[in-house]
Amino acid sequence: MADERFEPKIIAFLCNWCSYRAADLAGTARIKYEPNIRMLRVMCSGRVDPSFVLKAFALGADGVMIAGCHPGECHYLEQNYKTMRRFSMLKHTLQAMGMEDDRVRLQWASAAEGVLLAGAINEMIEQVRALGPLDWPKNWSENGNIEEAIEQLVEEHAEAMEVPV
Amino acid sequence: MAERVGVYICHCGSNIAGKVDVEDVSQWAGEELDNVVISRDYEFMCSSLGQELIEDDIKNEGLTRVVVGACSPHLHERTFRKACSNAGLNPYLCQMASLREQVSWVTEDEALATAKSKAMISGAVERVQLHEELEPTEVPVNPHSLVVGGGIAGIQTALELANSGNPVILVEREPSIGGHMAQFDKTFPTLDCSACILTPNMSDVSSHPNITLLSYSEVEEVTGFVGNFHVRIRKKARYVIEEDCTGCGICIEKCPKSVIDEVFEAGIGYRKSIYRPFPQAVPKYPVLDAETCIYFEKGTCKACEKFCPTNAIDFEQKDTFIDIDVGNIILATGYDTFDSRKIPQYGYGRLANVFTSLEFERLCNAAGPTNGHIVLRDGVTTPKSVAIIHCVGSRDTRFNAHCSAVCCMSALKFGHLVIEKTGAEVHSFYTDMRPSFKDYEEFYNRLLEEGMHFTRGRVAEVTEAALQPGEEGKLIIQVEDTLIGRQRRIPVDMVILMTALEPKPDAREVGLKFGISCSMAGWFTERHPKLDPVATMTDGIFIAGACQGPKDIPASVSQGAAAAARVLGMIMKGAVEIEPIVATIHEERCSGCRICNTLCPFNAIDYLEDKMVSVINQALCKGCGTCVAACPAQAITGAHYSNEQIFAEIEGLLFDVVQGNGAKPVVEEPEAVPA
Repeated sequence: MADERFEPKIIAFLCNWCSYRAADLAGTARIKYEPNIRMLRVMCSGRVDPSFVLKAFALGADGVMIAGCHPGECHYLEQNYKTMRRFSMLKHTLQAMGMEDDRVRLQWASAAEGVLLAGAINEMIEQVRALGPLDWPKNWSENGNIEEAIEQLVEEHAEAMEVPV
Repeated sequence: MAERVGVYICHCGSNIAGKVDVEDVSQWAGEELDNVVISRDYEFMCSSLGQELIEDDIKNEGLTRVVVGACSPHLHERTFRKACSNAGLNPYLCQMASLREQVSWVTEDEALATAKSKAMISGAVERVQLHEELEPTEVPVNPHSLVVGGGIAGIQTALELANSGNPVILVEREPSIGGHMAQFDKTFPTLDCSACILTPNMSDVSSHPNITLLSYSEVEEVTGFVGNFHVRIRKKARYVIEEDCTGCGICIEKCPKSVIDEVFEAGIGYRKSIYRPFPQAVPKYPVLDAETCIYFEKGTCKACEKFCPTNAIDFEQKDTFIDIDVGNIILATGYDTFDSRKIPQYGYGRLANVFTSLEFERLCNAAGPTNGHIVLRDGVTTPKSVAIIHCVGSRDTRFNAHCSAVCCMSALKFGHLVIEKTGAEVHSFYTDMRPSFKDYEEFYNRLLEEGMHFTRGRVAEVTEAALQPGEEGKLIIQVEDTLIGRQRRIPVDMVILMTALEPKPDAREVGLKFGISCSMAGWFTERHPKLDPVATMTDGIFIAGACQGPKDIPASVSQGAAAAARVLGMIMKGAVEIEPIVATIHEERCSGCRICNTLCPFNAIDYLEDKMVSVINQALCKGCGTCVAACPAQAITGAHYSNEQIFAEIEGLLFDVVQGNGAKPVVEEPEAVPA
């Protein structure tokens, strides 16, 4: 079974007002995308605590998408700007842990952009498929000494941990 | 005590069942998922029989939680919440999984669709067990309403509400209400005189005891929430004391300064520095334009003040602010027209006798600068041939993808007016003729009979470079007639560009002010494109007229009346339920760091100096949850979207992964990690 195609599991957080409606529209318009994505609804992308993303990875997700309204179109006026800031911080942290950039994605999609969202989902699934499984929980459980593993990570990724100026 | 969860999988006819093995999902949920005591599949869960199924199970089987795998919660969440509460279960103990929009309609493979459905049901089951009972709060609705924009849609809304006995504040940015309709000469297809049908409604507005008209005013700030908005309005200085002004117009007569009227006369007529846009303007008080006034420029003149019989001119007047409280707000802010200079090959602004549709409206209008004589830019020559170019800036992906909806009919109206007033030859260059409503097609047939020429094709160029005999001194239309597949050159005296309807340039800004969103183009977004066209995603904010999308007068009036009916419904009910999905700060965990304070765009978070903690005003909280995510002490919980609920849902969604890789113990037992 070695040549069986890897099917990644991707968790997506969709805001209630734009991106979840984009997903609704993709459905209504019967736009097909791959089934590797599992979606959760939050009221606003600003609700996505970075720990949600870490939790998803810790439980075995191979990628996480955060989707919200376009900048300037947030139902809560400006909360997606906070998502944007938080996302760059999260990405930096994940880089420090040695994670590939393509495993997390911030996607803007208005309620009218079902096609765009479906396209972004397919693209992300393809990218994560190319990266292969993340298998975070397995890695942790296999490595008995967690503290040592963290030390090792710090050394391995010293460069990524430098705070960009 | 373990919860008793009921799972219901909807077939939705074949919409879900055609792709997902619903029996398998239902059976699997009943056997494999913890605490699921009943799992059923049913043909149409949203039918009354489907709802009764849930109600009976709650009553007879003692269900404490309900999961419905059906369509998007945006469609039927309310239905199933209501079914729960009918059976005595708190409606917020119900969770939906969108098996139709997110699985069956978007997935090719049946086996994979079934597997994904299981994951989604698993997520919902895990989540719903952590749901808490929530009670919506009821707040009273202030019977006062605010209408923003005094075009025909806003006028209609204001009159409907005022006639029902409720007070209305109508705010208009320009010196007079009337909007674009006041600029038009005739209306299609009946050829009613636009002013004759509009001005009676305008004077009704001005004399109505229930309407407070604030013209030359703009909304500055909106706070509060449905039923209880607080609005600050800037009343711009018009340098005329309204209480003293009789509207006699002597000031206008005596003002020595004439300037081009770019707004009402579309740039082809003049007005004075102190002016009323048009004679029937409502209110009747003039506005002094400080930017062009000689006194403001040079410090002397004051002719208006000298001649005013009631001393109503006040050069010291400043902008004032008016604070009002209203229950509902209707936005009827209208549209703008496309700037034809963006298509240089049509020559607008370069070739004198190329006019925009708005300019032509003024040219035709008996009250306009030419007293209704259709003449060339020189002001005297009557054209012998006129070309009307459709879709200028519409249906053109470089500018606006949309169809502007009114231009075909306006073009036919123009054709009729030109033929009637001048007897000139009229050529229409159209993309598709779209006379799509009542009596419109008949009007098109009438113009065919009247001898208007129709050429199907997009005009490539309007040029004055004559190539053939008969073209000298003319504007030549270069076009491909797509019905005969040939290039043609048609010389004419006058060209009218049917400019696109566009969103107001500040629509996005206005939307933000009122907390509603725009489409990518800038039209305000309605709550549902078909079934809820006048409400918005923000409760208590409604939209009417062309600010929602291009539409003609009858459609704007209908929407204005519809918005009024929706508002009246709220007023008559007297109270409105507010979603209990709000955030709460737990004082004992709050360190008073105030990180959350600045994150809230609704100013719902206050800092208590004495207690040194922050608190959330739940009436102002809209439940976005951004502060919840930001609190470093996790002192804030977001109702219905708590960390625990979301973690549980993630775990449920990844049930197959969690089971497969032995990860569960690592994340579930933090106490196992050595201290």
